Amino acid sequence: MAIIGNPKYEERIQRHLAKYETKRSAVMPLLYIAQEEYGWVNQEGIEEVAQMLDLDPTQVKSIAGFYTMYSEKPKGKYWLQVCTDLPCALKGADDFHAWLKTELGVEEGGTTEDGMFTVEHVMCLAACDKAPMLQCNFHYVENLDQDKMKDLLAKWREEATKLANK
Amino acid sequence: MYILLRGREIEDIDQIKVYEKNDGFSGLKKSLAMKPTEVIDQVKASGLRGRGGAGFPTGVKWSFIPQSEPVKYVTINADESETGTFKDREIMETNPYQLLEGALICAYAIQAKAVYIYLRGEFWDVAHKLDDCIEEMRKKGYVGKNIMKSGFDCEIYTHLGAGAYICGEESALLNSLEGYLGQPRVRPPFPAQKGGGLYKEATVVNNVETIANCPFIMDKGADAFKSIGTEQSAGTKIFCVSGHVKNPGNFELPMGTTFRELLYEHAGGPLHDDIPFKAMLPSGGSGPIVPLNDKVLDCPMSYEDTPKIDTIIGSASIIIMDESVDITWVASKVIKFFKHESCGKCTPCREGTYWLDKVVDRIMDGRGTPDDVKRITDVAANMQGTTLCALGDFAANPIIHTVKNFPDDFAKHVAPKEAAAGD
Repeated sequence: MAIIGNPKYEERIQRHLAKYETKRSAVMPLLYIAQEEYGWVNQEGIEEVAQMLDLDPTQVKSIAGFYTMYSEKPKGKYWLQVCTDLPCALKGADDFHAWLKTELGVEEGGTTEDGMFTVEHVMCLAACDKAPMLQCNFHYVENLDQDKMKDLLAKWREEATKLANK
Repeated sequence: MYILLRGREIEDIDQIKVYEKNDGFSGLKKSLAMKPTEVIDQVKASGLRGRGGAGFPTGVKWSFIPQSEPVKYVTINADESETGTFKDREIMETNPYQLLEGALICAYAIQAKAVYIYLRGEFWDVAHKLDDCIEEMRKKGYVGKNIMKSGFDCEIYTHLGAGAYICGEESALLNSLEGYLGQPRVRPPFPAQKGGGLYKEATVVNNVETIANCPFIMDKGADAFKSIGTEQSAGTKIFCVSGHVKNPGNFELPMGTTFRELLYEHAGGPLHDDIPFKAMLPSGGSGPIVPLNDKVLDCPMSYEDTPKIDTIIGSASIIIMDESVDITWVASKVIKFFKHESCGKCTPCREGTYWLDKVVDRIMDGRGTPDDVKRITDVAANMQGTTLCALGDFAANPIIHTVKNFPDDFAKHVAPKEAAAGD
């Protein structure tokens, strides 16, 4: 479904537009809404955001491309971003990241065949005292180890299956 | 004693009623009863300096805003993306009203019409918490029209970034907030000047920790703040300790506390009892790396003392490395960070970080030569002072000091291989 005219987003879109002096300022929050609707920032979402803000789609696309939290390709249901920056790496984050990829059978930035998990490494997430850590769909999960991670993967799989059967 | 991390002493201070009972909004109330210029003078007198890294006197920054301008803004920098920094997040998660109160004090002092809090995109949950807090404040008349019946109107908004270190640089932050690429602007005009700030209006940009100090200063007085810390570094500071210590985390201590006290008494000493400390990055990935010797350990953590050990306190993101760590690997990690985060606008930074990464990779792979080690310093030196913002310098500083302070770590990767028998 589109985001323009979608009652799910109407209130949020209006609130963001009211926040700023210019329409253009709302490009980042509206791109997040597009990503939420389509699972990634696709051409349709870019064109809708451009239309709402009186911008050219190319201008919106350049913003989406500049920032790493807008995904320009489809992701798994759970987008796992593992911090492997220096403080986390001192606490074993590189090994943890490598293990997680092997555990899920994916390459860097890859998605599992069932479309469940995407794994990638990212720069410092401001949780250096709780390494290893990752962000799952933008929520922090901290103080990880292999056992905890196995439990979480199982929990997320179960959660997704329940949602799919609803 | 906590000025900032009061959530550790007072349970539920992130609830508005609890915050109110514990001197909440009394700094704002006192400010609103004063003239705006008097508020600026009190913040000046406190000696508060910017906690984002540069250490610029806060009250002086506010006084740069031309009072004659009809429209002014406050922007709070909550982009917290420096490697090893995680203090602003704890302030916002555990003591959010103090930041919001401080933001309104700043807004009143410069007579701003609105405050924008720019959070890094990853602080998704934090931003939603702040939004809820702002609504609680609105119900009680602390935000919006006629704040605390003073006649002063001001709105507070949150804005989420989307994963770009460069947006912590103030002019890139303003561009990002306006919906442009987060790239630095040519200055002048500076943000405090007409034409240089948000929507081309005069704007104060301050870090979360800086602003969160203001309610204390306005409530308890400039002298109470100045009595903590050192002559040139007043108040407390949150030191973020990560890496090879037993007890990593945030520690709020008076400025001027020694690194030794921080690392041994608070952070629990070396992670492994049999592996001593080797090196420290005291200002995240962007400040000079130093060997952790006695001279460094006994240095007070202040703006005026850290230059004596050839480094800076910056944002106080203190990353500790023990003797198991190869500093060549640290150089590689740091340069990969800056290569990824360079916004691409200025050639020396865009190309310099790319080439430094290649050279360091080559050295790490065992394909490097002693000339490559020299090349690191050459390339980095050509990035210093040649870019629009400080990121070029930030990338160059630590890398130059890895080579300067830990030459043996590089030398062992580029030592001539002994010729195998029969060659």
